[in-house]
This record gives sequence, C-alpha cells and structure tokens, in this order.
Amino acid sequence: MSEIKRQKIALLGNPNAGKSSLFNHLTGLNQKIGNFPGVTVDKKSGICSLPDQSIVEIVDLPGIYSIYPRSLDEQIVAEILLDHHSASTPDKIVVIADATNLKRSLLLVTQIIDIGLPVILALNMMDLAVKSGISYDLKALSSKLGIPVIPINARNGIGLEELKRAFLQPLAPSPKPIFSVWDDAKPAVQELREKLKVDNDYEAYQFLEQPKSLKFLSASDQHVVGAIRTGYNFFPGKFQGAETIQRYSIIQDLLNQVTLKQGDNSWKQYSNKLDKILTHKVWGYVIFFGLLFLIFQSIFAWATLPMDMIDTLFADFSGFVKNALPEGPLTSLIAEGIIPGIGGILIFIPQIAILFAFIAILEESGYMARVVFLMDKIMRKFGLNGKSVVPLMSGVACAIPAIMATRTIDNWKERTITIFVTPLISCSARLPVFTILIALIIPPDRAIGFFNLQGLALMGLYLLGFVAAIGSAWVMKLLIKVKERSFLIMELPAYRVPRWSNVGYTIVEKTKAFVFEAGKVILAISIVLWVLASYGPGDRLENARETVLSQSANLRLTEQGLEDRVAAYKLENSYAGVIGKAIEPVIKPLGYDWKIGIALLTSFAAREVFVGTIATIYSIGSVNEDDQDTIKERLAKEVDPETGNPRFTPATGFSLLIFYTFAMQCMSTLAVVYRETKGWKWPLLQLLYMTALAYLSAFAVYQLLS
Amino acid sequence: MKPGEVAIIAGFKDEYISVKLMEMGCLPGVPVRFNFTAPFGDPICISVSGYELSLRLEEAATISIVQ
Repeated sequence: MSEIKRQKIALLGNPNAGKSSLFNHLTGLNQKIGNFPGVTVDKKSGICSLPDQSIVEIVDLPGIYSIYPRSLDEQIVAEILLDHHSASTPDKIVVIADATNLKRSLLLVTQIIDIGLPVILALNMMDLAVKSGISYDLKALSSKLGIPVIPINARNGIGLEELKRAFLQPLAPSPKPIFSVWDDAKPAVQELREKLKVDNDYEAYQFLEQPKSLKFLSASDQHVVGAIRTGYNFFPGKFQGAETIQRYSIIQDLLNQVTLKQGDNSWKQYSNKLDKILTHKVWGYVIFFGLLFLIFQSIFAWATLPMDMIDTLFADFSGFVKNALPEGPLTSLIAEGIIPGIGGILIFIPQIAILFAFIAILEESGYMARVVFLMDKIMRKFGLNGKSVVPLMSGVACAIPAIMATRTIDNWKERTITIFVTPLISCSARLPVFTILIALIIPPDRAIGFFNLQGLALMGLYLLGFVAAIGSAWVMKLLIKVKERSFLIMELPAYRVPRWSNVGYTIVEKTKAFVFEAGKVILAISIVLWVLASYGPGDRLENARETVLSQSANLRLTEQGLEDRVAAYKLENSYAGVIGKAIEPVIKPLGYDWKIGIALLTSFAAREVFVGTIATIYSIGSVNEDDQDTIKERLAKEVDPETGNPRFTPATGFSLLIFYTFAMQCMSTLAVVYRETKGWKWPLLQLLYMTALAYLSAFAVYQLLS
Repeated sequence: MKPGEVAIIAGFKDEYISVKLMEMGCLPGVPVRFNFTAPFGDPICISVSGYELSLRLEEAATISIVQ
C-alpha cells in the first residue's frame, strides 16, 4: 500500500456552538460511529472531500468548555489532545466558537493553542453576532492568536469552502504561547520535558495536572511523571482556578483590541419571553406533558403502519423462502430463524426513528435544556437527573430508543440508574399480553358507575411499572457510591428553529447504531431460540405426525385441527418444551404449568410472542393471532389436570400480569443496554434484578389470591 | 438575591465547583443577573457573560456576590 497518510481533522468546541451542524455539513452521510479504544464513548467520524479532490477524515469530539476534564466524555478529549505521537493524533484541530459568546469560547481556543497542536478557529453564528450589533476585526484576532480565523455559518454552510481550503494549507502549531506556565512549576516542567521529550511547556504542565488522562503513556513513563509530581510537590488542580482567571484576563485584553463594536443584548429578549411561559410553574408542565402526549400518540399512530408492513413483508418473505428452497434444516433455519430474526430487529426502526426525530427537534430548538431545568428538582430526589425524564417517558413506547436517549446524561451514576430502571416502565410490547390476560380474568363490568374495570386494571399495571422504576432508582441511589459529583451547571441556549437536516442525520445515526450494534445480539439470540423451539431430544419431532395421528385416530379431526395438534406436539417435545417442563417446579409456586413456562421462555424474543406461543401450545395455532376472542375462549376452557378446575384462575392471571410487568423479557433491551454500557455487567444485573422482582411479586400475588 | 436583580461576583466558597463556574464565564468581578427560578425554586437561571446559565441552588450558593 503506497497510499499517503490521510489527514485527520478533529472538531472541537463548546456544547451548543454548532459542532454537529458543521460535522454534518462537512461529511454528509459519510459518517460512521466507532469506539474510542477501551472507553464508553462513541467516536463519530466521517469523510470529507476537499476542493482538490483529496479526502480528509473528520473526527467529531465531545463538546467541552475546557481542557480540564470533568466527565468521561471530556477525559477522552483531554487524552486525545495530550497524546501527540500516536496514529490517532489529529493533524489539525478546528475549534468551533460561538461568535455571540466569543469570550467563553476563547478559553478553550487558547488552551489548545498552548498545548501545541495546529488550530483553526471557525467562528460560527456570525449572522447572530451581526444581528446583535457585534463586530470583530478578524484579521487582528487571527494575528494576535497566531492561528487562521474563518467566519462560518454552520447552519447554512456559508464559509465552509474557505474552511476546506484551510484544511489543505500546511499548518504549524502557533509558536507563541498565550499563557506561560507558572514559575513555581517550571523546574518540574523542565525535568519532565527532558525525560519524556514532551514538545512544549504547557503540554508537560498538563501531564502533571492530569494524572488520569495519561493512559497512552507506557507504565514506566507514567511512573516518571508521577515521580516528578511528588518530587516537586505538585498538586494537580491547585492552580487551575488561577490559570482560568489569568487566561480570561488575557482574553479580555485581546477582545478589547479586536472588538470594533460592542453588542446590545436586546435580541435575547425573545428567549426570555418564551422562557417565562415554557418554565412557568403551571404552563411549563402543561406544555411539557402535552408535548410528551403528542410524541407518544405519534409513535403509536405513525409507527404502527410501517411496523405492520415490516412484519407482513418478513412473514411473506419467510413463507416464500420456505416454498422456494428445498425442504431441510437449512431452509428452516433461514425461513424460521434468520429471516424472522432480522425482521425482529428492523421492526423497531419506525419507533426509534420517530422518537429520535422528536428528541432531535427538542434539542435543536433549545427546549430540551428547559425540560431538564423543569424536572431536575423532582428527579434528583430519586437519584436521577432532569435529563432522565425523556428516557423514562419514552420507555412507555419502547425501552430500546429510550435507553439510547440516555446519552445526554453526563453523570455516570445518574445515567446508569436511568438505563437500569427504564425497562420497568411498561412498554408497548407488554400491551398485547396485558389485554388478553385482563380480558380473561377481569369481567368487563363497570365500577362506580362509569369506570371500566378492565381499563382500570390496565392503568394500574402501568402505574405499578412506573412506581417500581422510581422506587428502584431511589434504592440504587443509596447503593451506588461514586466520587463523581452531580452537576447541573448547564447552558440554557437561545431558542432557535431546528435545522431539519440535523434532525435527519440524528435519525440515521441512531437507527444505524441500533441495527448494527444491538442487532447482532438480537439476531444471535433469535437463532438460539429457533433451535430450541424446532429441535428436540430423540426422534420424537420427526415422528410427530404419526404419533399425533395414532393418538387421535378416533377423534375425527379436520385437516386443520390435526395440523394444530402436530404443531403443539412438536413444541411440547422440542428443547424449549423440555426446558419448560424442567422449570415447572420453579414456576409452580407462581401458579404456572410447563405450557406457560414455554411461553415465558419464548417471550424472550419479544414479549408479544407470548400470545403466539400460547396459541400454538394450546393447539389454536392456525387462528389469527389478533383474534383474541378465540384465544381467550380456548384459554378459559383449559383445565388443570390435577384439580379439574380452570387452568387460568384469577390468581394465575394476576400472577402472570405482575410477572410481565416486572420481568426483563426482552433480549433487544438487554442487547441495547450492553451496547450503551459497553459491557455485560449491567445487562446481567438488570436481568437478575428484574427476574427476581417479577418472581417474588408474582409468587406473593399468587399465594395471596389462591 | 431576587429575580431580576444584578450583582457582581466576588468569589467562591467551593474550590471544585468554582473552577467549573469560572470556565463557564462566572469570573470574579463579572456582573450576573438572577433571571428566574424553576417551579420548585430550584434550579435557577442566571445571565452571565452574555448568555443564560442554569445551576442548582447548592451550586449557586457557592458564589459570593456584592451588590
């Protein structure tokens, strides 16, 4: 390979400075999400073509206010900036700054300049700055800082050609430091520079300041840094405040020289007026819950049609493959294992796309920060964060997009708790199970005149899930001990109209992440479940038809009735059936038999599979799954062979309802938790906790009622 | 401070939070305006260095001001 090393350009900037708009403009759809090695932060990178037809790699780094890290995201950035001699070191850094708030952005700019990396300053939102009457002498700014300064508008792409041309120019690190290291620290810095060949004073100073961001150094080098730190009595963080003050005073001098016209703040009145309504103690909540209601309605209303289409398409495709290919285990694997497995992944796309469209709009418009502002006090009591509201509420539709939406929570503890409790919120997949069981055990009567009892029961189950989620969060808050302090020092950005292409990119990005990351696990488990349900010990499955025929010779079954019995017999004698029977002693105290045991097992593919499995095992397989009345009648007639009483007593029914409310029976959720927490620890803990909660509650309910 | 009032930041009582606040532009000598509070009195919204910042009461309490 004689390919020239492709230039790497890193985008850096304050949150809300327009970094993702710029990234989307530069890379278009050529984006991919990867991982930074060994950490739980996504790496967004993309390819950008330059005017001379060459291409560069653009890396989008998490938004930061300063080089001193406070969260895991920020630490990644610090590590990348400090490590100047690795394959992932960026060749150029574009710092994107909000022109309406240049002073704060320049803090970061000056730090990056001092650390000795080549910097381009992209001055965004010049239009807003001009509107508020601000004007800067950009030439003077550029020469004072010693770096190129390019005005851009990341929303509509103005100035990007010039920025791309700047990518082509060779760029050296600015030779003159803006802030010089304290005299006290100089001997330590000098020794470090000699021993480790560090490029400049400020970088060496940062080595001393940030013991946790040096994982790229070898153990012996880290030891050298540590020894110098103790040798000179250097305490990390001691001078950080003083450095910030000094930088700001340098920046203020600089701004005084380059500012041609000061702005007035009248244009900000607009945001203030909106805030009076949107964070009002009554209207704020009314509007927020109204918006939530609208979002769920849309998810239910708009996602159903595409989901049904995906469902039908894959069912038809599976049927077609079954008929087109010669019969055999491979065909069966493809038609009944792989194709439904892929269908089971793609079916979540409509819900994920719609939810993230709304979330992206709320974030782009600046409203999300207000939601956090409104809810923080309440959520904090339960170990959560204002930012946990959206995931928890989205959990009513589906836990998968909801868990993906926890990314916005910076605090590790609060984010983990949110991920952990979100699956307890009753999702839409529980609904078919709830409706059929409620219809079975609760009479459609009305209580106190007009409340429908069945409706009340359904609402009770949803409330129960919510209470369990909040309660568990509170318990976890007491159990998890971490040093990371919870902050809510957060910018409330000015309101603006969302940029629709950014909304589009967010949808594509989240959907891709789900399909390719969580999808792998879901597909694997689907195939395992298929094997369990279609193979069994011995040759009983091959002889299923003959066995059923001989057993029911004098029953005068119709062809359809016979097929149903064969299907039921096959499921009973498959490995799934064997496991169902094996776990019967365990689930007997909950009031379940092995048939329900099989349904619990297959529910793991997705909870709504319960209905289909129950239909197969009770030989009503050929009945349309939506035809709940038929299933209901059949279940009502089912008799417990030991007692001769109906199998589905209210006790069993309630026990099952409670079990389904609490149990973690969704491999897709586990897969997504695995992806979001980057490990098996939390998904397994979650599985264990929710199963235990479900088992104990269902046990208590059954024993109380029977 | 009451909503709508303006004061000058004098200093900080918590070193750890002060660094974060200073990075966000809350520097000694800079004027802040207390804009409004969230419905339950916490968190609060202030204007500082030309933008709006929200912070919890316990975080705001670490800033000392002169009026």
